[in-house]
Amino acid sequence: MIEWSNTLVQGILLGGLYALFAAGLSLIFGVMRLVNIAHGDLIVLAAYLGLTTTVMLGVHPFVALLLVAPVMAIVGYTLQRLLLNRTLGDDILPPLLVTFGLSVIIQNVLLEGYSADPQKLSAGALETASISLGGLSIGVLPLLTFALAVVTIALLQWIFYSTGLGRGFRAVSDNADIAQVVGFNKAHVFGLAMALALVVTAVAGILLGVRTSFDPTIGGGRLIFGFEAVIIGGLGNLWGTLIGGVILGVAQTVGAKIDPGYQLLAGHIVFLIVLAIRPTGLFPRVAH
Amino acid sequence: MRESISEQAPESMLRLTGLNAFYGDFQALYGVDLQINKGEVIAIIGANGAGKSTLLRSIAGLIKNDASAITFNGQPIGEHRADQVAHAGIALVPEGRQLFASLSVEENLLVGGKVGRSGPWTLDAVYAMFPILLERRAQPSTSLSGGQQQMLAIGRALMANPELILFDEISLGLAPVIIGDIYKALPGIVGDGITAVIVEQDIARAVSVSSRVYCLREGRVVLQGSASEITRDDITQAYFGKVA
Repeated sequence: MIEWSNTLVQGILLGGLYALFAAGLSLIFGVMRLVNIAHGDLIVLAAYLGLTTTVMLGVHPFVALLLVAPVMAIVGYTLQRLLLNRTLGDDILPPLLVTFGLSVIIQNVLLEGYSADPQKLSAGALETASISLGGLSIGVLPLLTFALAVVTIALLQWIFYSTGLGRGFRAVSDNADIAQVVGFNKAHVFGLAMALALVVTAVAGILLGVRTSFDPTIGGGRLIFGFEAVIIGGLGNLWGTLIGGVILGVAQTVGAKIDPGYQLLAGHIVFLIVLAIRPTGLFPRVAH
Repeated sequence: MRESISEQAPESMLRLTGLNAFYGDFQALYGVDLQINKGEVIAIIGANGAGKSTLLRSIAGLIKNDASAITFNGQPIGEHRADQVAHAGIALVPEGRQLFASLSVEENLLVGGKVGRSGPWTLDAVYAMFPILLERRAQPSTSLSGGQQQMLAIGRALMANPELILFDEISLGLAPVIIGDIYKALPGIVGDGITAVIVEQDIARAVSVSSRVYCLREGRVVLQGSASEITRDDITQAYFGKVA
């Protein structure tokens, strides 16, 4: 019994990381209807930037985040203004193709720069620290990851619904032409949205790198987890995305508990069940 | 370019010179010349498809034109993006309201003030003019009635404190009593020194609030003159072409 509760808790905490994979994806799709195939690879890129920062400056990965996050924001803004804005239009195919190409390029650049050897970010004593809670042993790092996910999503929610920047995101998403007429430069607003999404990606990448080893090819898998969390939670609902991540995380840890080979399969099956029963996700965006 | 401007009447705020506008390969406007002086209200009338909305979309920057085809306060703005035009001081009340659906009533107004131009129009001033919007400020803009939505669309444009405001079909799809209410608000708007262009299907109403009238047919100006001098017959003939 205690073993199963433990599995459940691990799954919930893992879900926080998946929600972070998903939040940036969801934000980008919500604001500009762009499906970013390179999202997973950008997470891995952030992890490698974290690696370089920790090695070169000898700092803790969480300190490295203070540097990686603004760098990723600049990468995002530049990428959006110079490349992705040109792909957006009535046709959904060009952004898919271009971000797919971007994914291939990022993987190969990372391969060239860092080799295919698995790497890991070292968080020191934090990695093995745990706290006991009613017979359960909970890792401090997974707990911290989950807490950061909640804080990140709360911040995104606040930006979206309580700031001028968020009003701009929603206005452009509602009606790009008229948003332009009232004074929003769509190209700039999209650049800011991508910058914000890649800041979330930076958080996700650092936490991923601290949790497990990574190599240049694992981006695709993270993209799938992100997609699944978004779809399970319901498009356009950030708190739904967190719950989607948690459901996916629990499904995976429960699957792994039954048989280690079932971990990914269990997650995909739960995703497919949700998709079959509630194609719009569990918590589709309500009129706000 | 400087010279051509100084040759012309200095008081004209907006000047269109030989404006051609296209939707892809389709030409919607042919050499339109038009000028609006500061403080004037002009009406643009014409049948469906005459190019009235295209004209407003061109001025607002939603359709790209030759830079010098449109000048505003002497500056060529034909090539400006819509957000640059907005910052220059032109606001559009678009046909069909086109409010931001996921924004509340108040958020729609706040977004209208995004350009940050100073002037008499603030949230309080808009609420004073349309008290119903204050009552509904926290509701989604989609929950308003048609007339209230039109008030919000006008309020959103006013929040930019524009020098020139473009009204596109503000009475379309509204009940006559509501149209009356909205037109009653107009003097309060233009009385504040705002210059206005009104595009309207309801000719009598458009002519009654404006000082000059332009009539478009098939993308060309076919009639223009002072609102007090133009007769019903002139308009009928301009609308439908020469009666054989």
